[in-house]
Amino acid sequence: MQHRTQQNRTTGARRRPAVALVALGTTLALAGCATASDDSTDGAGGEGTVDVVVHDSFVISDEAKAAFEEETGLTMNVITTGDGGALANKLVLTKDSPLGDVAFGIDSSFASRAVDEGVFEPYTSPVQPALSEELAADDSGALTAIDYGDVCLNIDDSWFESNGVLEPVSLEDLTKPEYADLTVVTNPATSSPGLAFLFATVGEFGEDGYLDYWQSLSDNGLKVVEGWEDAYYVDFTTSGGDRPIVLSYASSPAFTVSEDGSSTTTSALLDTCFRQVEYAGVLSGADNPEGGQQVIDFLLGEQFQSEIPTGMYVYPVNEDAEIPGEWTDFAPVPDAPVELDPAEISENREAWIKDWTASVIG
Amino acid sequence: MDQGLDRVGDRLTTAGRTGWRATAAWALAAGVPLAFLGLFFAWPVATLVGRGFVADGALDLTGFREVFTEPRTWRIIGLTLGQALVGSVLSLLLGIPGAYVLYRCTFPGRTLVRALVTVPFVLPTVVVGVAFRALLAESGPLGGLGLDGTFAAIVLALVFFNYSVVVRTVGGLWEHLDPRAEQAARALGASPARAFRTVTLPALAPAITSAGAVVFLFCATAFGVVLVLGGQRYATVETEIWMQTVQFLDLRTAAVLSVVQLVIVTAALWAAARARSRREHALALSPATRSSRPLRRTDALPVAVTAAVVTLLLAWPLGNLVLQSLRTPDGWGLGNYVALGTTGGRNALTVTVWEATATSLRTAALAAAVAVVVGGLVALVVSRRPRSPHARRAVSVLDAVVMLPLGVSAVTVGFGFLITLDRPLGLDVDLRTSGLLVPLAQAVVATPLVVRTVLPVLRAVDPRQREVAATLGASPGRVLATVDWPVAARSLGLAVGFAFAVSLGEFGATSFLARPDTATLPIVIFRLIGRPGAENYGMALAASVVLAVVTATVMLVAERLRGERTGEF
Repeated sequence: MQHRTQQNRTTGARRRPAVALVALGTTLALAGCATASDDSTDGAGGEGTVDVVVHDSFVISDEAKAAFEEETGLTMNVITTGDGGALANKLVLTKDSPLGDVAFGIDSSFASRAVDEGVFEPYTSPVQPALSEELAADDSGALTAIDYGDVCLNIDDSWFESNGVLEPVSLEDLTKPEYADLTVVTNPATSSPGLAFLFATVGEFGEDGYLDYWQSLSDNGLKVVEGWEDAYYVDFTTSGGDRPIVLSYASSPAFTVSEDGSSTTTSALLDTCFRQVEYAGVLSGADNPEGGQQVIDFLLGEQFQSEIPTGMYVYPVNEDAEIPGEWTDFAPVPDAPVELDPAEISENREAWIKDWTASVIG
Repeated sequence: MDQGLDRVGDRLTTAGRTGWRATAAWALAAGVPLAFLGLFFAWPVATLVGRGFVADGALDLTGFREVFTEPRTWRIIGLTLGQALVGSVLSLLLGIPGAYVLYRCTFPGRTLVRALVTVPFVLPTVVVGVAFRALLAESGPLGGLGLDGTFAAIVLALVFFNYSVVVRTVGGLWEHLDPRAEQAARALGASPARAFRTVTLPALAPAITSAGAVVFLFCATAFGVVLVLGGQRYATVETEIWMQTVQFLDLRTAAVLSVVQLVIVTAALWAAARARSRREHALALSPATRSSRPLRRTDALPVAVTAAVVTLLLAWPLGNLVLQSLRTPDGWGLGNYVALGTTGGRNALTVTVWEATATSLRTAALAAAVAVVVGGLVALVVSRRPRSPHARRAVSVLDAVVMLPLGVSAVTVGFGFLITLDRPLGLDVDLRTSGLLVPLAQAVVATPLVVRTVLPVLRAVDPRQREVAATLGASPGRVLATVDWPVAARSLGLAVGFAFAVSLGEFGATSFLARPDTATLPIVIFRLIGRPGAENYGMALAASVVLAVVTATVMLVAERLRGERTGEF
């Protein structure tokens, strides 16, 4: 025992300088970071770093990032923060000391609140494509549309074929007896596609009619689960579940294409879609607003826009961007998705969710 | 014995040169963890909750009336208490036989089973949710039971997660209990049941209440699993805080609910502390080897219960997970594992799963180091009972306060960080977006577990040993090194393992942080499972298996470390 204690003491003494070194190193590293961010404060869009706050689904290739850094001389620092709703709310919460210089991933359901709270500094990119202008959330110029996608009901074509049931087409069809117990959707309070689908029903049946529609859906054996992964990977028939109609995206059928690429086993019901637009905006009070603007220009450019379909499963706003072959064949853009005014959404979102919860979940 | 304690207390508090120095040392030992938890827990939480109670610069408590007049609130509170109570009682009922079989009996493969039961504890909840639903859904193998989306399904999943907490906490003490007391009772004619009830059970009480309290906290604040399996129908205070904060940014309602949660948690901790203090005393601990013995026929009941739990509740969902991870679009094979070296179907990820695994291991090492230092200091301070009533009360408050991170919503902590840690304390660094915050947040979550692992062992040290050492002229530091340290070291291996495993699997706090582009394994799994494409789903399952294997390995190593220490003592 005596001997061991002695030994411990020696190693203890020997370790102490190591601890001191680590502490010193950490301090220096922190100081280093601090210096780097100081640089970005006074750099007029030149040297330094730009902090890009993004939602969970954001993907950028190393090549694209390198191209941006090459072009601008800035280091791009990506900060991930949660899904679109969480991102929007975090930005509102931190508007007095923003998390970064520019944010990407605010979607149309949360755009108005963030804009109203003064989270963004207006910016109009000189390279903004026409479609991006068309998809603008409002006239304030605070947000720039970067991509868009549609949430639609998907069906398992082979199930309908082998069971000899005619495929449904519209939202009303789902309340018919032949489609009883066939549909699974996600909860609007906990999942972003679920929320989009709630908006689709409000847009289609109006504020006075959407709850009646949900009532008939419930009476017809609707199943509501909490998350997309739950619905698609547990309940949908292609994954061994017992529901051949599932809430997903217009682009999902592109992921069930057969080996030879000639056909797909699922398809989207294009009359049941709701369009979600994702925006980027420069944050008010940013350390490096010029850098933030350069990021927006870059997000609109052909290189990044071509990565959008494969990386984030949505459509680019830049028409010069490449679209994968299986998308054009199996995941077409719906002609006339249901739309709602972002301001109306912002005003009523919580009330709709609460009414929906009271009526469908009980 | 009490007198002995008091004398130790004297030495801790008496003025005089060594006394003064000792007091300063103890103050420092208590101050470091308090400062850490203050900065990374209390301050962010208080600031966020505070915001909910301030409107236009004035205190506004009308939120209480509004929230409490809603019938939904009461239903949520009732469900929270209900599922936490049923979940923790069931975990105890099933876990105590498990502790007996796995820590008091010897049989081939015991170490492996011990590691296996820990695996569920660290699996990402989203994976567990999907794995459970795959079994319970109408189309699954257990669909006939009609458990999908029921209260029973939630409780089963809670037991799945927390079984190991009971087994380890109770087993850790049980294996060191001197068997002679029970043998004496038996020799004096007590039936096995009576000997267990009157001798063994009271001796185990500190560990049982400790485990019960921890499991209750885990169940009361369970998030992902409740959300996936129960949905809004079984909304709890925790899921409601998440919804009000993340989805609605209704900080007023969230603040009221946070207070409710705090009250529930404090009441649970208070009850546990009362139960503990009545029971806790020095125990005659013996080396594990002496108390363990091979299984006998009389062990049939606990063995049957344990075998049923381990195979049906733990191994089946885990086995199903492994099985599904071997299913690829082109039939059975290792395709999903090969894909872990890529960034997923159509680049679903920015890093490969192996890179994320490396990040996870680095992060967990840092988090475990911090948690063991902080938690170890807390355990050391709390294991003493100073003479002055004030100091004694302070010690018991510290004991309860360090448990709070288990009982406060990860959302509240995560959103609290956002509004407090931008250049805190005059430091010129935005901690919110620096990579350091992830391991620090995980350390906050792991600290209470370290305390609860080390503390029962330290408390069981007979204070007379310290006294003897001091009487023989050992300095206080020397007493620590020669009396406390060898005993504490036994549990430290396990504490490190637990802390490491917890931060490996930590998802809640990590996902609520704003983090730079260094994804950990659970984050990557969550990302993969949220993407369409059979390839990504398969990879998510394979990555979960990797996480489970890494965790089991860490726990196996921790067990081994512990074994050697015990042998030495």
